[in-house]
Amino acid sequence: MTALSVRGLTTSLRIDGAWHDAVRDVSFDLAPGETLALVGESGCGKSLTAMTIMGLLPAGIGRLSAGSVRIGDVETSQLADRAMEHIRGDAIGMIFQEPMSSLNPVLKVGLQIAEPLIHHRGMNRRDARRRALELMELVRIPAAAERLDAYPHQFSGGMRQRVMIALAIACAPQVLIADEPTTALDVTVQAQVLELLAGLQREQGLGILLITHNLGVVAGNAQRVMVMYGGDVVESAPVREFFAAPRHPYSVALLAAMPRVDRPVNALAPIPGQVPSLVAMPDGCRYQGRCPLRIERCAALPPLVALRGTARHQVRCWVTAPPEGKDS
Amino acid sequence: MLLEVTDIAKTFTVRQGWPIPRNVSVRALDGVSFHVDHGEALGVVGESGCGKSTAARVVLRLIDADRGSIAFDGEDVLAASPARMRALRRRMQIVFQDPASALDPRQRIGAALAEPLAVHGIARGAAAHARIAAVLDEVGLPAAAAQRFPHEFSGGQRQRIGIARALVLAPDLIIADEPVSALDVSVQAQILLLLAELKRRRRLAFVFVSHDLGVVRYFCERTVVMYLGRIIESGPTGALFDAPKHPYTQLLRGASPVPDPEAPKRVLIPEGEPPSPVAPPPGCHFNPRCPLATSVCREVAPALRDMGAGRTVACHHAT
Repeated sequence: MTALSVRGLTTSLRIDGAWHDAVRDVSFDLAPGETLALVGESGCGKSLTAMTIMGLLPAGIGRLSAGSVRIGDVETSQLADRAMEHIRGDAIGMIFQEPMSSLNPVLKVGLQIAEPLIHHRGMNRRDARRRALELMELVRIPAAAERLDAYPHQFSGGMRQRVMIALAIACAPQVLIADEPTTALDVTVQAQVLELLAGLQREQGLGILLITHNLGVVAGNAQRVMVMYGGDVVESAPVREFFAAPRHPYSVALLAAMPRVDRPVNALAPIPGQVPSLVAMPDGCRYQGRCPLRIERCAALPPLVALRGTARHQVRCWVTAPPEGKDS
Repeated sequence: MLLEVTDIAKTFTVRQGWPIPRNVSVRALDGVSFHVDHGEALGVVGESGCGKSTAARVVLRLIDADRGSIAFDGEDVLAASPARMRALRRRMQIVFQDPASALDPRQRIGAALAEPLAVHGIARGAAAHARIAAVLDEVGLPAAAAQRFPHEFSGGQRQRIGIARALVLAPDLIIADEPVSALDVSVQAQILLLLAELKRRRRLAFVFVSHDLGVVRYFCERTVVMYLGRIIESGPTGALFDAPKHPYTQLLRGASPVPDPEAPKRVLIPEGEPPSPVAPPPGCHFNPRCPLATSVCREVAPALRDMGAGRTVACHHAT
């Protein structure tokens, strides 16, 4: 059984009156208790994928062009807004990079955490408040009883993110989408928040879709990784295999461009150029303009194919992972 | 020695509290000393509120220190007259994290780069144009960039402009405050390579402030680690991060993610967050979170001790 199943997800954005595909044909399954990391640089489509799953695309600007999303056993991609509201915050929760802009600044945090319980579970205020306190203790906010009536601005960044987590897991969702959850935090606080998420995952069997630009965070916290570039999944693999032997030229380049604290780095290899804008994306492989291995065939989009011997390691590249099993 | 900072302190007063606000003191810098040689990059690392950005700004007198001394190439910076300070500033420039907010959105790049040249009476007109074209080329931008506005550039290109603006005066020292933190990894590497090339070719010295230990390890020969306004450890960057001596540096290093799933599981992070600089604990500021803390740590602030091999550490128990 899967907690979240996405098939052929394609999301388009309207730019100057024309629709452009910003996420193309993304498919994956997320098992309960599993963390799948979605990585890539700005504009690669990772956050847009999350917003599409959540049914939070801004009307008129973004649309789901194709594909399906199944949360637990409910197909949600065709649900009306009202029906989706029953799923969001209940079967699926989400936390964002900047909790201050997601929390309501004029509502006490206890009430904000209680809200989904009242809304989705029909709890009365007193029970919901009691449960909110338990949740704040669960996410290890010190002196939770006294802080139930505090406002978001009275919390530090790390504590605010804990409030967000308490809110997101209030209804015991099957899936948590964490979009750059620790990017705004100091590293020691980041480590605490990630450890907290891992603990909750162990206890509750939460499936986590972890969206991050930081490959270090991926290595330490995910079981599987999907690398996106220009809206395409270019590589998908178990974390150990990925870091031991990345295959897509973009994955390789991303790792080579990253300065590391754990070993001397004499040469950094930057990736030349920059991600083309959506309106200027080349046909075929979208990485071709920056790729050192480019061949003529790259003018057509390569399929995402499994490497021989390991169905779970998939790569989208004519050169490093040619289809038809010609790969050695 | 190009820059020598000795025992500087800075306390800010902020109004805080509700319904009755009161003045509280924040000790941003508390006896900070460091030095930078010609052509050397010094990393300054630590978490939010540790005083690293204040330390960088004090050097340029963008913030005035309460006490201590700063010598730049032998000259007393804190006692310099406005005229001397202007001359010194030509040789010490700053690069900010967010170049978008450091550039005037309505000023063409050429004008933004010509301004410091005019202010310092170095070049005007055609001479300035030639110099601007040369410096744009040096940072990897076409000469035509001079005719354009900041919003026409990507984040990485804007940071190149920020670097060009600092370079145009041919400084000896660049204070870089999180210069690559807002950039994506691939662009970050481009900018780091550019800075390293400039450092080598122009024999530039850097005070390089960053929260990213990996970036500092790549760029800086030596590093100082700050915690709540004090330097708690310093040394050659590689040795410092491979075998940190101060328990806080160990924590910081252990918490820094590395792209290696086989890496030993990270250290246990004590509960709680860095205490507020408004009310740091007495003695060693790190004592409430420190696994080694004893009674002396709660009473006496440890001084930096020389540990040999260019390393110092401010800890009663470090060996």
